[in-house]
Amino acid sequence: MSGVRVLVGTRKGAFTLESDGKREKWEVNGPHFGGWEIYHLKGSPADPDRLYASQSTGWFGQLIQRSSDGGKTWEPVGNKFVYDGVPGTHQWYDGTPHPWEFKRVWHLEPSLNDPDHVYAGVEDAAIFQTTDGGQNWTEMPGLRGHGSGSKWTPGAGGLGLHTIVIDPSNQKRMFIAISAAGAFRTDDGGATWKPINQGLRSQHIPDPTAEVGHCVHRIAMHKSRPDTLFMQKHWDVMRTDDAGESWREISGNLPTDFGFVVDVHAHDPETIYVVPIKSDSEHFPPDGKLRVYRSKNGGEEWEALTKGLPQQNCYVNVLRDAMAVDSMDACGVYFGTTGGQVYASKDGGDSWTAIMRDLPAVLSVEVQTLK
Amino acid sequence: MIRVILPWHLRNLARVDSEVMLDVSGQITQRTVLDALENEYPVLRGTIRDHVTAKRRPFLRFFACEEDLSHELPDAPLPDAVAKGAEPFMVVGAIAGG
Repeated sequence: MSGVRVLVGTRKGAFTLESDGKREKWEVNGPHFGGWEIYHLKGSPADPDRLYASQSTGWFGQLIQRSSDGGKTWEPVGNKFVYDGVPGTHQWYDGTPHPWEFKRVWHLEPSLNDPDHVYAGVEDAAIFQTTDGGQNWTEMPGLRGHGSGSKWTPGAGGLGLHTIVIDPSNQKRMFIAISAAGAFRTDDGGATWKPINQGLRSQHIPDPTAEVGHCVHRIAMHKSRPDTLFMQKHWDVMRTDDAGESWREISGNLPTDFGFVVDVHAHDPETIYVVPIKSDSEHFPPDGKLRVYRSKNGGEEWEALTKGLPQQNCYVNVLRDAMAVDSMDACGVYFGTTGGQVYASKDGGDSWTAIMRDLPAVLSVEVQTLK
Repeated sequence: MIRVILPWHLRNLARVDSEVMLDVSGQITQRTVLDALENEYPVLRGTIRDHVTAKRRPFLRFFACEEDLSHELPDAPLPDAVAKGAEPFMVVGAIAGG
């Protein structure tokens, strides 16, 4: 029978939750790497038993862990992330040049067809890759070497490359997003990159329509429509239908268009999900009500999904890597909160259940649909 | 033999239960002890010293013989008691956080 495995990264360790196709009872495995921050863990589409985890703390730095048995056991692999050549500088908060310094891996994106090939998005913003299962990591310098690199400025959470989306129809095309530089695309497997921020408007930068400087929080794609991307920006929910050449706002009737996550239904490329957060000054849901908003027509028109979610006195946040979907016949939607809950819906968002409570703050949620 | 005591997380990572015993040749310094430690336990590379600069990570401290040696030069000799194995060289995580 098919099943689902949910991979949860938290402020103090990693957990895996497994269920059969009914998605009613969940077996919890963890904590792995207790006490360490697990910014992200993700499985290989080519081998679902191959998982990678980003493990770090301020004390001991960065580690990468690899599992070959679906998360039951792990082994540390390479943790040497060294920028290509002379790293140079980016812009610091006060406008002065600041040396590029590796801090942590925010996001791991295994390639679609090779379990040993993985991309890593790091802070300070750069993309690395390994082709030997994580033993050795090399920077793809074309991104940071893009002409605007020296002007990138960290957001409040740092200069992190947090989103990597691979076009399944053409794996030489990838999209990445950086806080607070914006979105970029490569069409040649990462050798060269171009900013794709036309149509974004950000009031927190001197030129609201600048080529770079936008605080993109998350980008999501449906595999059947790789030219269509959805974006949760610092403020504004956006959409492109031409692979990022131009964006338009689809915030519509959302109660607030600030937030972190955005994702797409597994079987309907026009059904999308966000979790509105009150503001960049108050990182919790409006009115103390945790609501997922769903649009069934690609944006603009949104409906609140509340069944099973707390509708009073709820002041958690949902961070950028903390929503995912499964591809069961009835699409499951999952998200984690800074309050330590993992909520799941097995009916496309109509109703929700907390499948895990009282975890450390959830940093990331990924889902594997197991055959 | 040189005795090294690691913080809890690094003992877990290196899969050692208690203090580590290292055979270090030549002068006994922070650098030679940590080089020997990382050779014996490669998984510790990058967790105590930066991969590139080889500088101590900011939230770690080096103690021995009831002294804070964190700011000593990496090639300065460690105390005789450490070199003779009478006292351990301690890698300590700074107290921080809540």
